[in-house]
Order: sequence, then C-alpha cells, then structure tokens
Amino acid sequence: MPEAIQHRFDPYSSNGGSILAIAGKDFAVVAGDTRQSEGYSIQSRYQKKVFPLTSKAILAVNGFAADGNNFVKRVKQRLEWYTHAHNKEMPIKSIARLIQTMLYARRMFPYYVYNVLAGIEEDDGTGAVYSFDPVGSYERETCRAAGAAQSLLQPFLDNQIYFRNHTPAPGQPPFDPSTHPLSTVLSILVDSFSSATERHIEVGDFLEGYVILSPGRTSDDLIGEGVKGVLPEGMTVEEQDPEDLDVQSAVAGKGCRVFLVRKELKRD
Amino acid sequence: MESLVASLNSRPPHLLHDNAEENEYEGDASLAQWGSSGGFGNLMGNGVVRGMEMPRVPDPTAFLSHHTDSISSNSQAKIKLAHGTTTLAFRFRGGIIVSVDSRASAGSYIASGTVKKVIEINKYLLGTMAGGAADCQYWETYLGMQCRMHELRNKERISVAAASKILANIVYEYKGRGLSMGTMICGWDKTGPALFYVDSDGTRLKGDIFSVGSGSTFAYGVLDQGYHWDLTDEEAQELGRRSIVAAGHRDGYSGNTNNLYHVRENGWEFLGNLDISDLWYKYEEEKKTARKEKSEAAGTGGVESMQVE
Repeated sequence: MPEAIQHRFDPYSSNGGSILAIAGKDFAVVAGDTRQSEGYSIQSRYQKKVFPLTSKAILAVNGFAADGNNFVKRVKQRLEWYTHAHNKEMPIKSIARLIQTMLYARRMFPYYVYNVLAGIEEDDGTGAVYSFDPVGSYERETCRAAGAAQSLLQPFLDNQIYFRNHTPAPGQPPFDPSTHPLSTVLSILVDSFSSATERHIEVGDFLEGYVILSPGRTSDDLIGEGVKGVLPEGMTVEEQDPEDLDVQSAVAGKGCRVFLVRKELKRD
Repeated sequence: MESLVASLNSRPPHLLHDNAEENEYEGDASLAQWGSSGGFGNLMGNGVVRGMEMPRVPDPTAFLSHHTDSISSNSQAKIKLAHGTTTLAFRFRGGIIVSVDSRASAGSYIASGTVKKVIEINKYLLGTMAGGAADCQYWETYLGMQCRMHELRNKERISVAAASKILANIVYEYKGRGLSMGTMICGWDKTGPALFYVDSDGTRLKGDIFSVGSGSTFAYGVLDQGYHWDLTDEEAQELGRRSIVAAGHRDGYSGNTNNLYHVRENGWEFLGNLDISDLWYKYEEEKKTARKEKSEAAGTGGVESMQVE
C-alpha cells in the first residue's frame, strides 16, 4: 500500500531582511537592507525593498518578496489612476488608507508583507511614518522597524528616538522625539543596521533608502558645505531628480526634495 | 436604474471566491476605483472589498488559520497578527467610561505599545478594539461611513442599538471565515447612554459593564468591586483607569499605556494617555501613604509593624 500523500497549498516564503523608517519635524528617512535570502542561502545581495511612490511618499516592504513586489506594483497602479483622475499626487494620509483597504481586500488570503510608509504630510509639512500589519491595521508613528531584525532594531529606536528609559537631567525639559536633527537620525539609522548585520544572518550587504525633506525645511545640510557634519562615515547621497524617480513626475508636488542614501554593510 | 439593480445584486461574501476572475485588477474596474471615495474607492455597496480574494483551496478557513494566528493561536504561523488586549466600558449615571490599554503582541514580542484601541467612529460613537486589529479598525471605520449615511438619509443620528447591529450583521455574514473581533460600541442616543458588546461569533449583547480581552478577568475584578450606578464622574474615570492598570500589571499581553474616554450627552471626550507603569507606582505610593495615615491615627506602631501579618 502506498503511503497517503497529503498536499497542502503553501504559497508563502520568508525572505529575511529588515526595514526602518524615522520621521523628523520636517523630514522623513526610510531605509532597508538589500539582502534577500531563503533559509540559510543568500539569493541576492542587492534587491530593493524601498520604493518611491510619489514625490513625497516612499514605501518599504518586507516579508515575502514576491508578495511585496506585487503589492508595490498594485499600489503604484492605483496611484497612477488617481493622478489621471485628479491631476495631483495622492497625499500620504490617503495613501495610508488606500494601503489599508488593499491589504484588507486580501483578508482571507493575506499578502505576507509588512509595510512601512514614510514621507511628508500634505497639510503641515511634517515628517510621517505609517506602519501596517499584513491585513491592514495601521497607525502613524514617529519610528518603526519591521522584518527579520525588528526585535533587534526597535528596542534601540525606542531608546534613542523615543528616549525610553532615559530621564531628563534635573531642571531640563522633557524629551521630545520629534526634534531630532537629520544628522542624528542618519547616524542612528546606520548604527542600527550595522548592529543588526552583526547579529542577524539575514541582514547585510547594503543599506539603501531615501531621505525626504519637507518644502518648509530651510537648512540645506544634505549636500554642499554641511555634508561632512551630517553624513555618517561611508554613506553616499544623491539628490533625486523627480524625472529619475519612478513616479508621476508631471504632477509631482513642488518643493519636496528626495535623496537616495546608500551604505555598504558587512557581506558575511 | 441598471446600476441600482446591479448594486442590489451584489454577491454575499461567501460566494465571492467563485468568481475570482472578476477581481479589481483583472476586470470590472468601476469608476469608483479611479481614485475617488478616499481609500474606500474599492468597496462594494455592502462594505465588502471589491475582489475580496480567496485562496483556491477546498477549505479557505483552514488555509487562513494554518498561515496566520488570527483565529487559532497557531504559534507556528508565519503571518503574525497583532493580539492581546484589555478593554473595558461601563455605563453609569454620568454616561459611559471607556478605558483600554495600548499593547499589541505577536507571540511574546511586543509589536507595539502605542495602539489606539478606541476607534472614534464619530463625535458620539466609540468602538473598542480586541482581537484582530485590522478587523476592528476596518469594519468600525466602515461602520462610521454607514452611520453618516443613516444621518443623511433620515435627518437624525443613528441609535447605538442600530449602529451595533449593522456591525453585528456584517461580522455574522463572515461567520466561520476567520474574522476575530471583540468590540464594545459605546454612545449616547435618545435613550441615554448605551453600551453594546459585539463579537465575531455574531454575539450582540446590551449591558452596563463589559470587559474584553486577555486581561478582562483582572479588569473585572477591580471594576465589579468598585462599580455602582451612582458613581461621580471623577470616581468613574478613576475606576476605569484603575481597572486597566490592574490588568496591565497582571496580564503579560496587556500594558504600556492607558487611553481613557468619557461619553456624555454631547459626545465623547478624550481624557488622556497615561503610562500604566507610572500609574501603578503612583497607586502603590497612595496605598502606602493611606496606610501610614491610618496607623498614625490609630496611634499604633509604624508602617513596619503593619506589614507583619
């Protein structure tokens, strides 16, 4: 008698890696590593997880790469339809709600994807981070780490960004997580990923992400003279021409500046 | 007229997987999806997401519970959804107190400590979140749209009974499909303060006191002990807060911060977000002071001798 064979529909895999986003007063930073793995094998050392959607909203996806790529494709399609209908870019607040309904449409057959959306709020120009669970519950936050090394990254952010378990010196005002300067945020970003690379086998190779500066931001410290003081060692920065961004540049909102940032991580 | 007929013919959710081809992206792209209606442009008339996709397997619910931890607490499941909660609401002379924690856990990891478990449906209605965060958030937002439609059609606000029944009917349509929610719908209508418990089994109960979630037993302990109808506003608010602190202290899956709301005749009021740990130490300090005062008044020995039982 042949053994009974049980078949199961198993459409999910996990591809490792991590993503991270931090919102500032007038900027937002979102990044992820570029390693893609399955089990103990590295499939690619350079596969993007962070995608510009509009000139002021960027989406990072983590979990099952096939689902992630497909989801980004569909979000971009919906945003393109929106720009054709309204001749403007969709505000980040609305993109967040759109992502909720798109994820919830798959409530019975979920996308295995953790989404983190970062950018600049349309009404007040503040930096924004929205984080989602795989079926669409979401919340606006100041910072969020997701993916394989979430449990390594998030406690560090809680401590450094939210000042958890810090006490202000006597007579000092209470801490305010929204006042971190860009230079501090970038070095926290790099330090968190270098550390996660040291302790997590699925994190490494490259760190790649974007910095979005609000139109209201006056200081010009990402390019030019100020660079030395702002950029962590080994990090490169390129200002993105709206034409180069894979977005509907014809209706791109005025004023937001987007920078691509990269840094090598350890490859072992 | 044709569109009206079409909207009346929309399929019930349990039949949707039979026409998987008819989803949002492959065919049937209605005007609504071209960007208007906010993020809800892809909803059908009955609140069902257009193209709700089903896995093509004999038993979709088994598929869902194998891959997610939404109904079973399947710890092996790859897709971890936010869980664990303490929420409570109670009716009293001065209205309704709604008090919740803010922790979401995925297994033993605290996925978030800043979850908004009170969903502001509109100025007069609040819903609480326990179980699947997305299920509660999504359907209570949708309930808000339906309540607004009721106002426009009938020129008066919806009753809490009717609002909670809309939600109960929606989740009952999905019974057995893996939705997970335990919610309290709280509001003030013509009948005064009204409180309903609705869950994903289809249960809908009217009542004066409810607590839902993994920490509910701890919250009930404090709540029942201190509750009576004639509580003052301040006493009631303090009881709501103290009950969540008790649950946050004893239930590992509850904690972080407490959000407190008070529903009165003119709508709800948000009373603040306080750290549960800080509150617990504050209450301990108050206990210590009270005990000290009591022993001094009795003229007996100090605090030390009182501790020896």
